[in-house]
Amino acid sequence: MSHTAPTLPTRQLVIRTLGEILVTLGVIVFLFIAYELWFTGFYTARAQTHLKHQLEASWASPVASPSSTATAGGSASPGATSVPSAAPPVLVLPGDAVGIIRIPRLGANYGYVIVEGVSTDDLKKGPGHYPGSAAPGAIGNFVLSGHRTTYLAPFNGLGDLQPGDAIVIETRDTYYTYRVTNTDVVLPTKVSVVLPVPDRPHAKPTKALITLTTCTPKYSASHRLVVDGLLESALPKSAGLPPALATG
Amino acid sequence: MYGALWRNIPGGLPGKLSGCAALLLAALALLFFVVFPLVEPRLPWNDVTVNSPSIVDTPSGSPLVSPTPSGSPAPSTLPAG
Repeated sequence: MSHTAPTLPTRQLVIRTLGEILVTLGVIVFLFIAYELWFTGFYTARAQTHLKHQLEASWASPVASPSSTATAGGSASPGATSVPSAAPPVLVLPGDAVGIIRIPRLGANYGYVIVEGVSTDDLKKGPGHYPGSAAPGAIGNFVLSGHRTTYLAPFNGLGDLQPGDAIVIETRDTYYTYRVTNTDVVLPTKVSVVLPVPDRPHAKPTKALITLTTCTPKYSASHRLVVDGLLESALPKSAGLPPALATG
Repeated sequence: MYGALWRNIPGGLPGKLSGCAALLLAALALLFFVVFPLVEPRLPWNDVTVNSPSIVDTPSGSPLVSPTPSGSPAPSTLPAG
């Protein structure tokens, strides 16, 4: 390179430096997009591995739970209103693993560990369970939120779900199979969708429901996509895979 | 700016190339591990709920049982995805 640069007039030097700064900023914006879309997934993937190990360790350790036999007896026929035995009242701390969600429509390998909590940090680790909402399979509303894009985008395919699709929640000793009843797009302020009986603040819950919420449209946070489901069956894991996973 | 950088890195061509590569990697690491994580929560498309449900009520952990009517979640907004 020739060493002519130092002799440039000041005005030209200023303009050139300004141009270099602007080009650099543009490159940084593209890098940020790459970070959001892909790099955040590395963090989630690592957190999911960690949560899975935590889940396996806690499932492997014996728990003095009197409900394990009751749960096995609760494998009722797939009547929608059949009440499975209540899930054991396990104390779950925010950030802990709750269970595994599987949705056959989104692929045979689709499975994410659910984390307790829906704070920004919780949702970076995977789909989050609303603290205070029902436990898996319990009467009330089991509410999950997850990222539609970024952070491995666990709920990216939620828009593809059709009524009747299975959502399987795997816990310590039970597969809970829910069936999608309907999907809806609402404003972020419509929090009544997460109530034990959606949209009825003071109603007493009688059904075991599931609600999944995520952003819509993709790459936006202007609305929320809401998927509702109803518990179809609660089968003990000792009986093997539930029909929804075995066929799908 | 970049011209001055190139001229001021010593070590001939190999030194300049490796010096630039090292600076580039350092800048990328700074962006990906410090700047972007700081900026991200301030941007609208990842704007998560301001008042997370029930977390304030039960800081020591919430038992996974069906909520009593009084303990039902009452978030102000749904978390963004």
